[in-house]
Amino acid sequence: MFEFCTDPASLTGLRWFGCYLTTATHFSFYWSFGTVILLLLVTAPCALAFGFLGASAARSHVAPVSLLGRGYIAAVRGVPDIVFFLFFIIALDQGIEWFKHLMVCEDLSQPVWNNGEFRVCAAAKVPAGDAAPWVVKAYAFGLAVFTFAIVFGAFAANVLYGAMQAVPRAQLETAESYGMSHRQVFRRILVPQMWIYALPGLSNLWLILIKATPLLFLLGIKDAVYWARELGSAKTSGNNPFPHGDWRLFYFLALLVFYLLATRISEIGLTRLTRRLSRGQATRAGEEMRKGAAA
Amino acid sequence: MKKLLLATAFALVAGSVGAQDAIKIGTEGAYEPYNYIDQATGELVGFEIELGAELCKRAGLTCEFVQNDWDSIIPNLQSGNYDAIMAGMSITDERKQVIDFSENYTPPSKSAYLALSADANIGEGAVIAAQTGTIQAGYIAEQAGNTLLEFATPDETVAAVKNGEADAVFADKDYLVPIAGDSGGALVMLDNDVALGGGIGIGMRKSDTELRAKFDEAIKAMKADGSLNALIVKYFGEESDKF
Repeated sequence: MFEFCTDPASLTGLRWFGCYLTTATHFSFYWSFGTVILLLLVTAPCALAFGFLGASAARSHVAPVSLLGRGYIAAVRGVPDIVFFLFFIIALDQGIEWFKHLMVCEDLSQPVWNNGEFRVCAAAKVPAGDAAPWVVKAYAFGLAVFTFAIVFGAFAANVLYGAMQAVPRAQLETAESYGMSHRQVFRRILVPQMWIYALPGLSNLWLILIKATPLLFLLGIKDAVYWARELGSAKTSGNNPFPHGDWRLFYFLALLVFYLLATRISEIGLTRLTRRLSRGQATRAGEEMRKGAAA
Repeated sequence: MKKLLLATAFALVAGSVGAQDAIKIGTEGAYEPYNYIDQATGELVGFEIELGAELCKRAGLTCEFVQNDWDSIIPNLQSGNYDAIMAGMSITDERKQVIDFSENYTPPSKSAYLALSADANIGEGAVIAAQTGTIQAGYIAEQAGNTLLEFATPDETVAAVKNGEADAVFADKDYLVPIAGDSGGALVMLDNDVALGGGIGIGMRKSDTELRAKFDEAIKAMKADGSLNALIVKYFGEESDKF
């Protein structure tokens, strides 16, 4: 990075730290915070979409759809996260390759699962064996987003289901008396009003999602926690230009600051969102706002 | 047109050959000097990375190293995420039931104890730290009177001795020697070396017999012409056991 960094052994004090903190590994560490934020920003809407679909399905009047929605919510909520992350990701990965195996491989005589080994032909590998590194990373990231979205979607579905039930029945009846169909009531009356009831639950989920991102390393993605552990672990002088003792404490403190900041910023955002969503609602907060504006 | 067809056919053949001969090797990336992350560049480096590159060159393979947690390194080989393991993994009968190994590329490795003082207790009632799923952990578990304290990474086993959680750490000698040397006397090697396992080998799926034959041949050649010994000296020093 800096010119004086060519011979780290001769450095002391601030210059040593200047060089140490600008190594390629440290930049990977800094970037990994970006990965975490990106995962949060991509996963949250996906999980919300899963949740919305799940909740709508659970409320459906068609029995199989309702059963599917309830089944999804109950099954995912009941399985411990870590089991889900370890098992589901392997099952999903193998499922995709198995499907592609059936599609593209010519020789299907050999069993895919055999003696604990999982074996598909070279053409069925996902991502392909000669894929560019960024494709491999993007695939792993995609799997991670999907897994997170399924898990958090189930919790979001439960929250949204409750929120849909919490919208005053009188609102829906009024809409019906105006001659709106089921679908119109759902779209124009129920959904716009449910968010304020869903928000406390959803904000909880968002904060739990922030804390759950270290699970990324289980999925093979080098996130901030992995790098903190790798960079903080003791480095001997023989092979490392910047030898140091066990510094994991300092790196984990940096993580702590990051996660606390993320929580604080989320809280501020969520408070604003609550105010915004309360406007014009038939809730106490909405009513107070209306009176305040009138006075 | 004919030329174009020919070129396409050639490209297809070349493509399929390339796909066949491109293999991935899984490693831990946290076990200096066997395999670790270069502090300055962030690349995987170490004895096994250099050896792997040379073996692949001799065997006519295109190899790429990928990093994987030690805990799940065998399951991920089985599920096809990579085709071989080079991660300081000793050849043991227990592991042989699940995967196959190439010939050993290091002599049966010496395991050693590292403790805060030379007279540290490693006998009756001692708490010994070791990395989960290693032969060293297996050995300690069998010692009557010892309590095994397991950790996911090798670094944590050493940290446990420093903060007094464990009386000593038991690991590959080659891993512990540089740590003792760097500690300025705070950590010392004990004089109780134990030879464990059948040396370190490349782990592969049992069904990959062709790949195993290729690696075996390359390792034999490197043993014969002395280049393997040269690599061992480069990474583990003159005193290390050679072939």
